[in-house]
Amino acid sequence: MALRMWASSAANALRVSTATASRPAFSLFRSFSAVVEGLKYATSHEWVKHEGSVATIGITHHAQDHLGEVVFVELPDVGKAAKQGAGFGAVESVKATSDVNSPISGEIVEVNTKLNDTPGLINTSPYGEGWMIKVKPSNPSELDSLLGAKEYTKFCEEEDASH
Amino acid sequence: MTVPGTRNIGLPLMNLVRLKGVPTLKQLHLEERLLRTSSDNWCIINDGTNDPTVVMGISGKPMELLEIDSVLQDEIPVIRRFTGGGTVIVDQGTIFVTFICNKDAVPGLQSYPRPIMSWSSLIYRKVFQGIGDFGLRENDYVLGNLKFGGNAQSIIKNRWVHHTSFLWDYEISNMAYLKLPKRAPEYRQARSHLEFVCRMKDYIPRSNFIDRTIDAVGSHFLVRSVELEAIKYPSDTKFKPSSGLLMKQELEETAIDSHTGIAVSQSLQL
Repeated sequence: MALRMWASSAANALRVSTATASRPAFSLFRSFSAVVEGLKYATSHEWVKHEGSVATIGITHHAQDHLGEVVFVELPDVGKAAKQGAGFGAVESVKATSDVNSPISGEIVEVNTKLNDTPGLINTSPYGEGWMIKVKPSNPSELDSLLGAKEYTKFCEEEDASH
Repeated sequence: MTVPGTRNIGLPLMNLVRLKGVPTLKQLHLEERLLRTSSDNWCIINDGTNDPTVVMGISGKPMELLEIDSVLQDEIPVIRRFTGGGTVIVDQGTIFVTFICNKDAVPGLQSYPRPIMSWSSLIYRKVFQGIGDFGLRENDYVLGNLKFGGNAQSIIKNRWVHHTSFLWDYEISNMAYLKLPKRAPEYRQARSHLEFVCRMKDYIPRSNFIDRTIDAVGSHFLVRSVELEAIKYPSDTKFKPSSGLLMKQELEETAIDSHTGIAVSQSLQL
């Protein structure tokens, strides 16, 4: 992968320690779990699963893999408004805090409080137990502007190849 | 044949703001405002901060990270900043260097923590060329295996900030306000603060470090100096900084909880 090659050559040049003890081992199975069919994806690497009147949102495998071990999650209050493309919370991975953006607009009706004690669920189960918020969509047609699984996979490959 | 001025053609612009002794909270508010409301690239260098201040990362818990009784007794301000990462104590001996960039400012750089960290180390590799055994160990800048610079980042949709507090000098007594963190890099190997860090002043004069840093930045960007007072902010954007000072009451309550926890633990052992 282009990113690893760049990082590896930079590491050799800089005598950089690339200790990977903190990276989850399941990244070896990337090709099987990277993208899930039936979800919609934003180019900012969040996914959304629309079921009836509620949509569940989290960050993708690609995102958690690039961020590293998640150590803290900042979640919004229930009842607040989510806006398509705008930040609703953040994840902290070692030295960085990264905004998480909502793929759709609506009212936040639930947040995953398990992430307070076990933020690593985002790494180990980004599409399952590591979900972040549930939203009541205010404009379901926004889902049409998002990427399907195949398109998102292609997007990630192109993004990694160009860097 | 080299034509003067052609070196910088095609390089993105970097606004350089040089500060001296600016309070840490004011610096953090400036950085976050520029991150979230500006569309330009910025390099901020703050040469020291006047008052010793503890600065925790966004998720820092005082009970775990600080010797609270000493912090309260000596009235040391404690700030929680908007970026991730660990806890530092900063003072006049600290030099701060911050990069605030658009995600496409550095060609080929993905705006994720590790690539940004690696890129930043290229700048300082140039600074320390011929001066010291510079390296990036996990997420720290080191000379040999001694840390001299701590890093933290915040990444938003189309921009990122990477800032560093450099230990040009430090007071040994100030290190006593910090506990050994639970989460530490492997290369630290349980060393105490004093065995783990070094003073940059043992390697390079202060103004030399700042000048060399600006030169190194100039090999990636077209650098333009901007005075703090000349920075203009968009009038139509709402911004509220998230870095803030922890109130004395919050620290006192943490101290009480800490003492209660110790007493309960001791009584259970009887």
